Amino acid sequence: MTELTRTHLDTLENQSLFIFREAYHAFKNIAMPWSMGKDSSLLIWLARKAFFGRVPFPVLHIDTTYEFPEMLEFREWATTYHNLNLIVKINREARARGIGYETHDPVTVTHELKTVALQQALAEYKWDALITGIRRDEDPTRAKERYFSPRNAQFEWDYKDQPPEFWSQFVTTAAKGEHVRVQPLLDWTEVDVWLYIQRENIPIPKMYFARNGKRFRSLGCSPITHPIESNASTIDEIIAELEATKTTERAGRAQDHYERNAMQKLRAKGFL
Amino acid sequence: MITKENVQRSTSNAQRPTPDIEPKLRVVFVGHVDHGKSTLIGRILHDTGSLPEGKIEEIKKACAAEGMEFEFAFLLDALLEEQKQNVTIDTTEIPFRTARRRYAIIDAPGHNEFLKNMITGASRADAAILVIGADEGVREQSRRHAYLLSMLGIKQVVVVVNKMDLADYSETRFREIEQDYRKFLQQLGLNALTFIPASAKQGENVARASMKMKWYCAASALEALDLLETQKRDVDLPLRFCVQDVYRFDGRRIIAGRIETGTLRMGDELIFSPANKSSVVATIERWPHVILSEVEGSSGTSSTATQRDSSTSLGIIAIAGDSIGITLSEQIFVERGYVASHQNETPIETNRFHADLFWITREPLRVGHFYDLRLATQQVKCQIVSIEQVINSATLETKSDQRERLERNEIGKLTIQTRSPLVIDNYDRVPNLGRFVIVDDGKICGGGTIFGGVYTDRTVAKSKNIFWTEEKITARERALRTGHRGAVIWLTGLSGAGKSTIAQSLERDLFHRGMHTYVLDGDNIRHGLTSNLGFSPDDRMENIRRVSEVAKLMADAGTVVITAFISPYRMDRRRAREIALEGNAEFIEVFVDAPLEVCEARDPKNLYKKARAGEIREFTGIDAPYEAPDDPEIVVHTDKQTVDESLATILEQLLPRLRDYGADD
Repeated sequence: MTELTRTHLDTLENQSLFIFREAYHAFKNIAMPWSMGKDSSLLIWLARKAFFGRVPFPVLHIDTTYEFPEMLEFREWATTYHNLNLIVKINREARARGIGYETHDPVTVTHELKTVALQQALAEYKWDALITGIRRDEDPTRAKERYFSPRNAQFEWDYKDQPPEFWSQFVTTAAKGEHVRVQPLLDWTEVDVWLYIQRENIPIPKMYFARNGKRFRSLGCSPITHPIESNASTIDEIIAELEATKTTERAGRAQDHYERNAMQKLRAKGFL
Repeated sequence: MITKENVQRSTSNAQRPTPDIEPKLRVVFVGHVDHGKSTLIGRILHDTGSLPEGKIEEIKKACAAEGMEFEFAFLLDALLEEQKQNVTIDTTEIPFRTARRRYAIIDAPGHNEFLKNMITGASRADAAILVIGADEGVREQSRRHAYLLSMLGIKQVVVVVNKMDLADYSETRFREIEQDYRKFLQQLGLNALTFIPASAKQGENVARASMKMKWYCAASALEALDLLETQKRDVDLPLRFCVQDVYRFDGRRIIAGRIETGTLRMGDELIFSPANKSSVVATIERWPHVILSEVEGSSGTSSTATQRDSSTSLGIIAIAGDSIGITLSEQIFVERGYVASHQNETPIETNRFHADLFWITREPLRVGHFYDLRLATQQVKCQIVSIEQVINSATLETKSDQRERLERNEIGKLTIQTRSPLVIDNYDRVPNLGRFVIVDDGKICGGGTIFGGVYTDRTVAKSKNIFWTEEKITARERALRTGHRGAVIWLTGLSGAGKSTIAQSLERDLFHRGMHTYVLDGDNIRHGLTSNLGFSPDDRMENIRRVSEVAKLMADAGTVVITAFISPYRMDRRRAREIALEGNAEFIEVFVDAPLEVCEARDPKNLYKKARAGEIREFTGIDAPYEAPDDPEIVVHTDKQTVDESLATILEQLLPRLRDYGADD
């Protein structure tokens, strides 16, 4: 009875859809940060599955002004393709102060242009929940996340005292000024994401595929995101490459490695 | 126009074998603090080659920088604080694979104070590895964690007796621990598949068979993991489709939710509880309906729509675990919290049930306090009626000492009452509908499992599709909702005997227990309902008659009415009883007894003084008689008992009568 079995990807998909729907029911005012990367693209796809073809809340792009031009082109294309309600947020105040990769370290810039920009957007739109695409396997600090993870008014993540989460019951209320991070991809691994993108034929930026012996494994700001040596030009080849590699996914993301525990510090201050 | 240049979709229509079909087993690692869970995990990751390149070097370097010896446990305890304190704070989840299959390891902290994190981790697991240090043996958390595993419904348990290097790899020591712990696990209904003597630090019996323990020739830890099953019996259980939301998109009404157990097919007739209306599944909705094999017009090829082969069956049948949407052929009212089932396998609908509950919050659980209860997608207000027993999860000792509170980390057997009907199953029949959480102020404070619910046959009313009676609401129905019957508690006694004081503290106590209650006394009767009456014998009789009628109506409405009047005449009280009984209300006469001298000495309102001085006429006890009850249900002696003692006497006899309305019939 093949119709009575489900694959590993089916299980992941089902769980993600369940979380999307719980979040949409629990919170009046939701937004979904969107970086146009593969996980973000997967998130949009799953949202459309959960809500039968539509994304019923705005998607937010935190534009650091250091975006790859190809990514911005993809943003325009995908906004139309998925019929998205797109909000673009830039921390212009920080840029005006001269914050930039040319003069500052990556942790400072990432904090100002991403985290602070997100805080500004939250203050403006007063969202009580943000749907994020983080996964446990990306980083040890993300491994400890909950599906529904509260953030206080100062945006801090109290990872030492997280709420219990079991039997599909979550924190579904946010106090005034606080918000809840809803993380439907928590259980997915990098390989799962690729297998699913392939199975569902989800459109993603071409930068993930090798050109001239290089491809991007993870995408962020152009000055601090580096391609890896690769000839993988199809998803099959990417998966084969990932199964063989032992380097971490975010190895090409400079802000993570600027200092010891950089990622933990960034995340405790509100980085996704 | 910017178009497909930067968009890539896979062009090969995957003919490769589907690697994602391989099921993943989630294993939680639990056990007493410092017995070596994290070390065992670190060792498994190392021995299966699952660590990212450079990870060991990175941590060795960090250890050297802080002047610490390298430990496998550091691989997991990646957070800064954890390295400093040397304890695991929260759960982590790490993938690895063996030749047989993929795994996700859940590491759960052993500290008592982190119990909520252990539960968070363990609740996601298919199986558990319980780690016991051979040096310390079975400890409090070894037992407590096992108890929680059994409550969380995890049946597959492998016990690793770790740190055998510290016990000279002694078989005697190993057998001692095995015998001790196996007995405990059996009491919980957990049948440990294997006990493995191991040393995670030295790598003995983890991935490879130990040369140092040749007396043991069964499976190593990894081999034992490979023998476990991915639990999937949910599909064989009765259908429970729990509604998350109802979407109205494109003029269609889609009922979205997850199938917790069983299977659902197009054309099935479903019963939606608690309303118990039925309708037929018209469609099982899915997006996208078809997959475009190409982005339109890209790569110069025309778009071709191909039916998805792997999941087309989803349009006809959905099974346990599926998040789906359905439309119904007949539009009935459905909202979040409704549970759909098949006619011959309906769940229980009740507002009162027994449960085992673990409590994980600092603030204790209190009898009488209102909480939110969440069960699948249902949320209702509930109240703890009573705590029958408290179980020590480390020793399995039970105490039935009528507790009013359940403290953090305790497990109790309770009776719970909900304000509106709840759709449930017994935990041992349909686990997903037999477990719930208690929420206070938005925070999950505890989890419970339901036992002893009675399934009723609902097929009788099939033709009407409505199972609720359409007749007048009965006293029993009211009692089923409130948890108690309506009653008239008639206090009688001399002025100054303490009727008002007792009435108020009794009301406060019953109110605190969540009962509907009200006091009728001179203050709220004489100024309105009987303001035209004086204190002559006739007027007193009429006064009591009116009070009796009002009390009867309120009792019929389900309230526990407490009256506090001297009501000196037997005949009047007998009539009050008759009136109450006419209205099928319970009547309980309470004689608040104190000698006249005591009452006169108290004289709280200076009435005796005035009566003696002749300022008040026909005052009971002075110039009017008091006829003490011949056979009252309850007597309290306020000259000998304190208010609390009097209250206890009343409650002892009263509570069983109020609760006796046939709730369990």
